[in-house]
Amino acid sequence: MSRLTVPKTYKLYIGGAFPRSESGRVREVLGADGEFLANAAVASRKDARDAVVAARGGHAKWAGATAYNRGQVLYRIAEVLEGRRAQFVEEIRAQQGVSAAVAGAQVDEAIDRWVWYAGWTDKYSQVAGGANPVAGPFFNLSVPEPTGLVAVVAPQEDALLGLVSAIAPILVSGNSVVVLPSEAYPLSAISLAEVLATSDVPAGVVNILTGPVADVAPWLASHADVNALDLAGAGAYDWPAFEAAAADTLKRVVRPGGPGAVAPSLERILAFTEMKTVWHTQSLR
Amino acid sequence: MTGTSIEAPHERALALLGGQPDDATLRRYLHGLPGVDAVGLEARAADLGTRSIKTTSKAWALDTIVKLIDLTTLEGADTPGKVRSLTAKALAPDPGDRQTPRTAAVCVYGDMVGIAVESLGAAHGDPDDGLVAVAAVATAFPSGRASLEIKLADTRDAVAAGADEIDMVIDRGAFLSGRYGQVFDEIVAVKDACRRADGTSASLKVILETGELMSYDNVRRASWLSILAGGDFIKTSTGKVAPAATLPVTLLMLEVVRDWHTATGGRIGVKPAGGIRTSKDAIKYLVTVAETVGEDWLQPHLFRFGASSLLNDVLLQRQKLRTGHYSGPDYVTID
Amino acid sequence: MGFLEYAPAPESTSLVSFRNEYGLYIDGEWTAGGGTPFQSINPATEAVLATVAEADAADVDRAVAAARRAYEKVWSKTSGKDRGKYLFRIARLVQERARELAVAEVLDNGKPIKEARDVDVPLVAAWFFHYAGWADKLDYAGLGPNPRALGVAGQVIPWNFPLLMLAWKLAPALAAGNTVVLKPAETTPLTALLFVEILEQAGLPAGVVNIITGAGATGAALVAHPDVDKVAFTGSTAVGRGIARAIAGTEKRVTLELGGKAANIVFDDAPLDEAVNGIVNGIFFNQGQVCCAGSRLLVQESIHDEVVERLQRRLSTLRVGDPMDKNTDVGAINSKVQLERVTRMVEVGESEGASRWSAPCDLPENGFWFAPTIFTDVQASHRIAREEIFGPVLSVLTFRTPDEAVAKANNTPYGLSAGIWSDKGSRILELANRLRAGVIWANTFNRFDPASPFGGYRESGYGREGGRPGLTSYLQAAPAAVPAVQAAKPVTSRKGAAK
Repeated sequence: MSRLTVPKTYKLYIGGAFPRSESGRVREVLGADGEFLANAAVASRKDARDAVVAARGGHAKWAGATAYNRGQVLYRIAEVLEGRRAQFVEEIRAQQGVSAAVAGAQVDEAIDRWVWYAGWTDKYSQVAGGANPVAGPFFNLSVPEPTGLVAVVAPQEDALLGLVSAIAPILVSGNSVVVLPSEAYPLSAISLAEVLATSDVPAGVVNILTGPVADVAPWLASHADVNALDLAGAGAYDWPAFEAAAADTLKRVVRPGGPGAVAPSLERILAFTEMKTVWHTQSLR
Repeated sequence: MTGTSIEAPHERALALLGGQPDDATLRRYLHGLPGVDAVGLEARAADLGTRSIKTTSKAWALDTIVKLIDLTTLEGADTPGKVRSLTAKALAPDPGDRQTPRTAAVCVYGDMVGIAVESLGAAHGDPDDGLVAVAAVATAFPSGRASLEIKLADTRDAVAAGADEIDMVIDRGAFLSGRYGQVFDEIVAVKDACRRADGTSASLKVILETGELMSYDNVRRASWLSILAGGDFIKTSTGKVAPAATLPVTLLMLEVVRDWHTATGGRIGVKPAGGIRTSKDAIKYLVTVAETVGEDWLQPHLFRFGASSLLNDVLLQRQKLRTGHYSGPDYVTID
Repeated sequence: MGFLEYAPAPESTSLVSFRNEYGLYIDGEWTAGGGTPFQSINPATEAVLATVAEADAADVDRAVAAARRAYEKVWSKTSGKDRGKYLFRIARLVQERARELAVAEVLDNGKPIKEARDVDVPLVAAWFFHYAGWADKLDYAGLGPNPRALGVAGQVIPWNFPLLMLAWKLAPALAAGNTVVLKPAETTPLTALLFVEILEQAGLPAGVVNIITGAGATGAALVAHPDVDKVAFTGSTAVGRGIARAIAGTEKRVTLELGGKAANIVFDDAPLDEAVNGIVNGIFFNQGQVCCAGSRLLVQESIHDEVVERLQRRLSTLRVGDPMDKNTDVGAINSKVQLERVTRMVEVGESEGASRWSAPCDLPENGFWFAPTIFTDVQASHRIAREEIFGPVLSVLTFRTPDEAVAKANNTPYGLSAGIWSDKGSRILELANRLRAGVIWANTFNRFDPASPFGGYRESGYGREGGRPGLTSYLQAAPAAVPAVQAAKPVTSRKGAAK
């Protein structure tokens, strides 16, 4: 006799909490073999609105943390994810219908990505910024700073790696995110939220809205309190419309990149930063 | 020139300071003044220096410069002959143009005051009346390194010999080591030594020697200190230390004078001295005065140039304006 | 006459001769435009300076085609070393003809000769000189080995710094190996057209730089042209939005330098005299027609009255009038349209209840003038505290604590620049951290340098001009050489839109 298992209720992740969708709607998530896996929450525009409010609060805390601290927190995510590796492998296997080996490789890659980006928090500004030799008695320094609040359409092809690859570089500098994960494989995203919730990531820094991208993305794209729009995984959607909606508040838009778009890179960190230049007079007198 | 100090500045100072002028009180006051951003100050001075003064304005400016000059000789090798030559130049700067105004004063060492007074004769007096005053450096000029008694004797000596104006130096050592009370008291004492038997007083110019104070914050503090202690003029330099007068330092001192005027209604003079050799430079100072404290200040009791070679350059420029062609160094006198 | 009313010291205009008519400069030739010619006037006198061609869509097409040809046949095959030499030549020619360029700028723009001579033109030369040195060092730009140009850049520049904005756009674009179609503003096209002579004296190959004139429609056609790879725009936030919309869904890369409402924050421990000068420079430089102007003065409440008094005294010594006079501090407003906008905003300020003070000055009869103006009793909710006026109008607000200063300074959709005046180093540094603005001036204001990146947060636009970031805006990583970790050049668009 096998034991009757206790299935998980997959909800949204907003402001460090796991609320149901404001709409009350869910969608059946079926495995690759057609079996019922779970119900995933269907986020609405109001959930998007709440997520933006939460992310704005999260940004202040996260950007205000020291780079060393952010690095430790991102590394902590890798640690916790490693500890729950088996769960993620199983979840990916079930959703994507891939072998345990393939699923395992995806989880390992995701863990390593957190580690790679964790090491960048206190380095990217040295690499990209610096003192500028202006022609005058001034100290002049340029430093990249987080853009603020980034709405992300994560890569849709897989359940975990694309999502991690999309958001980790955005978090490096101190941005907060509202992310729309893979529509087809939403369960790993919520499991990742559980990892984040137990990894010292301040509430509101990452907010995850499962559900149809096409319904929610336009609201995020046009939301005045969103500073940047990452369309890394939006290639299959009407992303030009999202970009156009972002134009009114002059959001920074990163267009769909296709395969490899979210490969680890310094450029991806810098794409969500603003160069700030500070001048100060200098004199002995 | 007589009796410039009418009110009792000491009482005014005490009221502003809110206490006796000891080191602590003065420090509290002087260090509470707004700081100076050197880059901004120098940029403002440079901007004022770009004013382009032409035609009628230039003619007026050149004459005004002459009228504001303390024609100076402060050499160890000064002789009665040299001083007489200087006074002659002050009275008639350009032998070829009798319309040329006289300089405000001649400025000499204390032992030469008598010679200067004698050689000016009837032309000795208040520059406001078209006469030429005699200024004497005192207080162990230029270093100021002597006892107070010596400094006061030096001052009394010059006043007794007929000096209308005393150019004293502050004790920079005391200032830099924070003994503000001592600097204050010395100025008060020298001011007192400027009094004559008839109750009038020689005017007191206080030389800050800004080239030794180094920071603009110090220049601002020393300016306030000198004014609070009763100085009638604040003067940049002895001319013996580089840098001497600069436009930024003079601008800063003018700002203090302006603020003092706003606060008390009192009018204090400013004298940049040393290093101003061309008309072009001197005009920048006039512009700076006019745009900082107002053109009211462009009169001998409120602004002076301490200079020697400046006068000849101004004369050359005057000749150019008058004749329309450029003049040459042999058309002005070497005195 | 008092000394302060210095006798007129007019700069000679004899070194500049504009032609009566200008065509479009395409592929190294002057050609007629298909649109309706328009006049460029001197805003200080309203005298007509020249008639200028208007480029229509077909002209834009020709210009872009010329730039494409020049890119493919000539410029992409020109070594970085030689591109650099052309730019060095241009820098030197600008220095040689500095006086002429300054006078021309004053005639067409209305800014004081003092500024054109001491700020605009020297910076133009500096910009070319700076980027000239980059042209053969692109491997060090941070994009890996052998980075490539983007191709054809369409550049649209504003009227407030016509020649300087031309330099900001051309220098990095050419250094990186792009060819250019540049459209100057319709009220100030003449220095760009005069600049053609410098390009020709430098021997720049035909088609590398094409200059087309016209108004908004011409600019829109250029931005939207399918064969333009890179759009660079400096101007209003409203037009910037339109450009962002127009390029949505395309592969075009874009940098936008838009409006601002900069806070200039003065603490009670500020170096007051320098702060006052900095405030004046911040808002009255170029008649306040500066996107980074310090138009919102935030003064600590305890020193409000003193600062305002000092400001008024200082403003009373400003000389407003003939821009060609070397002693003029504040020149003409660039156009009738702009003057009307400034006038309207000042009326709004008065009707909202703010107190207006304008410097006493006699304004000339002809031309477009506005006396330097300060509004006190301004509340955060007033339009003059929120909207960009782009004129010599300062709004004074107060704050009580540093936290309040940060909150008020950041309370705007813009984020181009900000100023801080204080003697306390730690406070300046923390404030600089917390202000959301791309350029922060501490104890100074309105300083520019080719080595210093300039650009905004939020609705002030995106991308940076100046320094290395200004160069990489015109570069992409080499595709063949891109290692896996660099494959995601995020700002490079790719095909894959599934409509």
